[in-house]
Amino acid sequence: MEQLINFLSSNMGMIYILILSVFLGIEVIANVPSVLHTPLMSGANAIHGVVIIGAIIVMGQAEPDNYLALTLGFLAVILGTLNVVGGFVVTDRMLELFKKKKKQ
Amino acid sequence: MENQILQIIYLIGSLTFIIGLKRLSHPDTARRGNLIAAFGMTIAIAGTIFLYRNDSGESFSSTNIILIFVALLIGTILGVLGAKKVKMTAMPQMVSLFNGMGGACAAIISVIEYQHHFAPGQYGYMGTVLAGLLIGSISFSGSMIAFGKLNGNINDKTIPGQSIINLLLLAVLIGTGAYLTTMQEPSMLLLGILTAGCLLYGIFFVMPIGGADMPVVISLLNSFTGVAAALGGFIYHNQVMLTGGILVGSAGTILTILMCKAMNRSLLNVIIGSFGGGASGTAAIGNSAMGTIKEISVTDAAVLLSYSKKVMIVPGYGLAVAQAQHACHELENLLEEKGVEVKYAIHPVAGRMPGHMNVLLAEADVPYPKLMEMEDANNEFNSTDAVIVIGANDVVNPAAKKNPQSPIYGMPILEVEYAQNVIVMKRGMAAGYAGIENELFYEPKTRMLFGDAKATLQKLITEVKAN
Repeated sequence: MEQLINFLSSNMGMIYILILSVFLGIEVIANVPSVLHTPLMSGANAIHGVVIIGAIIVMGQAEPDNYLALTLGFLAVILGTLNVVGGFVVTDRMLELFKKKKKQ
Repeated sequence: MENQILQIIYLIGSLTFIIGLKRLSHPDTARRGNLIAAFGMTIAIAGTIFLYRNDSGESFSSTNIILIFVALLIGTILGVLGAKKVKMTAMPQMVSLFNGMGGACAAIISVIEYQHHFAPGQYGYMGTVLAGLLIGSISFSGSMIAFGKLNGNINDKTIPGQSIINLLLLAVLIGTGAYLTTMQEPSMLLLGILTAGCLLYGIFFVMPIGGADMPVVISLLNSFTGVAAALGGFIYHNQVMLTGGILVGSAGTILTILMCKAMNRSLLNVIIGSFGGGASGTAAIGNSAMGTIKEISVTDAAVLLSYSKKVMIVPGYGLAVAQAQHACHELENLLEEKGVEVKYAIHPVAGRMPGHMNVLLAEADVPYPKLMEMEDANNEFNSTDAVIVIGANDVVNPAAKKNPQSPIYGMPILEVEYAQNVIVMKRGMAAGYAGIENELFYEPKTRMLFGDAKATLQKLITEVKAN
């Protein structure tokens, strides 16, 4: 119990960010027209690729002899990059179609 | 100093994610919004590589930095190739695939953290690590199954008592995770078992879910991965991971709920997964009792359309599969030249993702004002001479209004039966993706036009030209 309270109090700043972000996320997309649901889902998909930062931290700190961390970290960075790059490029491709049409 | 700069970079990164998402929700600013978020991601990644310092102030070793860049390069090449090559019709499974990659990434981070920074007694920290593993691996295997299903590699399967097994398995997994949190010694064996169990749960979770529920599942798994990323933010005290992850987690959940609402189903119902199993059972109802179907020839269809005042096109997944969006637009242009008013009625869950039809028709240069949302379209069917249903089925099934036994009962539909004439283009008499018989096809005013959507549309175009 004490452990848990310590964990909460030492992460208080993070918890505030968490709570506010939850409401922000809801607000930000509240008025999205259904036309944009697919690109929005795809864009959000790319943004959660931010998990790659964690992979980079793990990978960067792995000791030269810790092969498990090195191998898994390497794999994690590749997977995270796929999520980020693939996500943003796919979203851009979808949105390009919308833009092209606007000019006409 | 470096760490302070990195914090500022993370702040900018978080800001770009918020602005990016905000702009993504408006058609005029969407593309710019995506680029802004991508920019924020790039500086956050570059900043982490060069400016990250651990507690004793050390940066990454140069060997590790090189390895990171190699991995980034491999991921970028594969990601760009995959994203550029994929057809617009295969977009949903691609999103699902990329989502799975993010989930796997989060799960791997947790495994390494567990092995590397095992902290007995630090329940909050250990719980966060294990929750990241749990959610990340469920998201990974679930997304892979969703990918396989949308790609047509995997069929719906339900084992008896699936929902009970799922709930039990989930309870066991959470129990194991909680036990691991309280252990004094690290156990890689138990961690491995937990991971395997989570992967299995992800498979069980998506396996029985079929038909109309697939978009909901992808959206849900998307928000799962967001939460997994946010847990990573907790592990590393990393604000950009936290904001990015939670934004997607909450926005994804809202999107999921919006989709459930469009289908008049509760999220719990989707999660427990009773739809896929129940649908096949009810499919058999009243096949013979519905009467006979009537076909129409391409020539007759062309005449009917050419002499209509107002035509409404209802596109569905069949249009996407046949890549018929361009042919469809051509037909629309031809009819407009003849003075026919042509509009598209878009059901919110037509296709395999919300907005899927809009993306496809945008690709074929169909102008925005021609795309009508469901409520507006339903007000206009009364005054419509002819409706062409192209490869759509469940979204025009009147059983959703009339038959309380139907699994889709209560789902809002496009009420095409109020139009003067209905032409249904279909490949054959197979039931829709949800596996339900459609009595619309047996209505007196309905005529069937069998064949591949694209080929049939092209024939129709030739005939309309000749008229």
